[in-house]
Amino acid sequence: MSMNRRQFLKIAGVSTVLGIGGGTVVTGLRRTGLEASQVSPDPRALKAKRWGFVVDVSKLKTDEDYQKCVDACHGIHNVPDIGNPKDEVKWIWKDTYERTFPTTSEDEHMNKELKEKKFLLFCNHCAQPACVRVCPTKATFKRQDGVVMQDMHRCIGCRFCMAACPFGARSFNYRDPRGVDASGRPFIRKENPQFPTRMIGVVEKCTMCYERLAIGQQPACAEASNGAILFGDLDDPNSEVRKVISSTFTIRRKPELGTQPSIYYVIGGTEHA
Amino acid sequence: MLEKALVGSKRYWLWLGVLIAIIGVAFIQYLRQYGYGLGLTGLSRDVSWGLYIGQFTFLVGVAASAVMLVIPYYLHDFKKFSKIVILGEFLAVSAVIMCILFIFVDMGQPTRIMNVVLNPTPNSVMFWDFIVLSGYLILNIVIGWTTLAADRKGVRPPQWVKPLIYLSIPWAVSIHTVTAFLYAGIPGRHFWLTAVMAARFLASAFAGGPALLIILALLVRRFSKFDPGQEAIQAVGKIVTYAMFANVFLLGLEFFTAFYSNIPGHMHPFKYLYTGLEGHGKLVPLMWTSSVMALVSLVLLVFPGLRRNENILAFACISLFISLWIDKGFGLIIGGFIPNMFEGVTEYWPTGPESMITLGVWAVGFLVLTVLYKVAVSVREETAGMPDNH
Ligand code: SF4
Ligand code: SF4
Repeated sequence: MSMNRRQFLKIAGVSTVLGIGGGTVVTGLRRTGLEASQVSPDPRALKAKRWGFVVDVSKLKTDEDYQKCVDACHGIHNVPDIGNPKDEVKWIWKDTYERTFPTTSEDEHMNKELKEKKFLLFCNHCAQPACVRVCPTKATFKRQDGVVMQDMHRCIGCRFCMAACPFGARSFNYRDPRGVDASGRPFIRKENPQFPTRMIGVVEKCTMCYERLAIGQQPACAEASNGAILFGDLDDPNSEVRKVISSTFTIRRKPELGTQPSIYYVIGGTEHA
Repeated sequence: MLEKALVGSKRYWLWLGVLIAIIGVAFIQYLRQYGYGLGLTGLSRDVSWGLYIGQFTFLVGVAASAVMLVIPYYLHDFKKFSKIVILGEFLAVSAVIMCILFIFVDMGQPTRIMNVVLNPTPNSVMFWDFIVLSGYLILNIVIGWTTLAADRKGVRPPQWVKPLIYLSIPWAVSIHTVTAFLYAGIPGRHFWLTAVMAARFLASAFAGGPALLIILALLVRRFSKFDPGQEAIQAVGKIVTYAMFANVFLLGLEFFTAFYSNIPGHMHPFKYLYTGLEGHGKLVPLMWTSSVMALVSLVLLVFPGLRRNENILAFACISLFISLWIDKGFGLIIGGFIPNMFEGVTEYWPTGPESMITLGVWAVGFLVLTVLYKVAVSVREETAGMPDNH
């Protein structure tokens, strides 16, 4: 079962419907019908050995710059806004330096600008992902191009992956994401019919816009970032991301844990930084 | 033999009635949780495991502790355990059932539980835990039931159970080791990332489980004509004492490494649990209660003179059991999540429905235990005075 499924994913290049959850296959079919990409590789599909990002926070100036990326992602992926931090679901968000790099921030004399700098956080699509290692059902798995996928149909909601991910990248649907809050407001304000909604009791996270890569588009956050987020193949020495990484000082979150995050941050900003 | 569970005194039925009532109320709460989602609990994005998984972990220990009776009796031919050993095996059965139920109520999509078997994933510790726990449950049911049935007929247990009994010994160690590996192999959770985790789990299990068994044995003697044996109880008391010292010693090692190394990530969870962190200290009173009760139990257990008094022994065992229940059933899991992955503090406290469901699972465990003990005790009352044959 698992092999067939995996092979299918490979043949399909990207699994527009299945990857995000067979439970939504029916919905997907009803709403959009099968697309060509699900049965044969789309010639437009972006391909790489290992996808990765460079996030240059010096290019993110205003709150709006950050919010644009967050909204782009959450909007097209039907990420519910539950409205309380306890049950919160988020794929990408803004956070402080101290919270982004907690192991390097025990410094009382830290540069003020850096201390106040905000970062964009999302799943690192680690090369050695702890989440994939622990999942008892292969509901989270790594694709050959480096995308760490999440099959919301297979997930049993044990939340082992949430305990294991050192980056807090994962959210659990503590409430029904298709539901409404106490005042009747739907958690998903405006549903994107092109992308499945999830169900109660499963874990979700950023899936690197696999559905966009399949039709030759960049991840939504990169597209909305005005050049602050670069996307490319980390295994290709000529890719844009690799050129930045080799010429600029970049840092990754908690590299000491050996998960090999695929997001590189450029802080820039001051001359001495 | 099960028919023995169907006849009993008024008190027996009343007790079962109370348990069933608790289970009923808890079941209604569970249905609520099933509909609304785990948002009904105190769990959050930051503290994603809580009371349920804590209880699960604790009870795996109780289940594994049966081995502390099996080893002396079957490997060292320690005859005094001949009567009490069945109580240990049946306690293991009910503990594993509770473990499975706690996992079940913690799952977001419980109807998909078979996905674990349909998509076997050997790199996941949880997959192995599933395997070893189910195996242990079957082993103990088979062993307990056949030895008891043989006893009843006054014959030796069939030959084929012997290998199963021997197998159950490493198997018991494995269930708790694998459960410790759920935590001890996770990068980034300093509180859990410790090589002594499995050792500590086993030590606390071999203290807490037998302590519970002593309490149960004393109760059985009080409420039935079956006497598990005073010497057996005292011998178990000795096991409890040694294991508890080992447990406290191992906990001390954790403190040393965290605080002497002075590595913030290692110290923070301990600080959160015992002194509070960044102004948050919901667990502090509980953890100190646990420490004081551990100390009290050790003082009472270490002097053989005190321990020999069964009232003192019972008190010490209750104190020890509660201490470990707090430490392992609660603090150990929550401590792993605080501070969170961003070095911030999000606290956790179980909600009413969550606590009720927890109580309900315990009630199921006690129901199973009562029925099994009723059978065992009835058989033993029948065969009282007959020689032991195995
Ligand atoms: S950031 Fe977390 S969820 Fe994403 S791949 Fe790494 S370990 Fe997995
Ligand atoms: S919650 Fe889902 S994705 Fe996470 S480990 Fe469990 S089954 Fe896998």
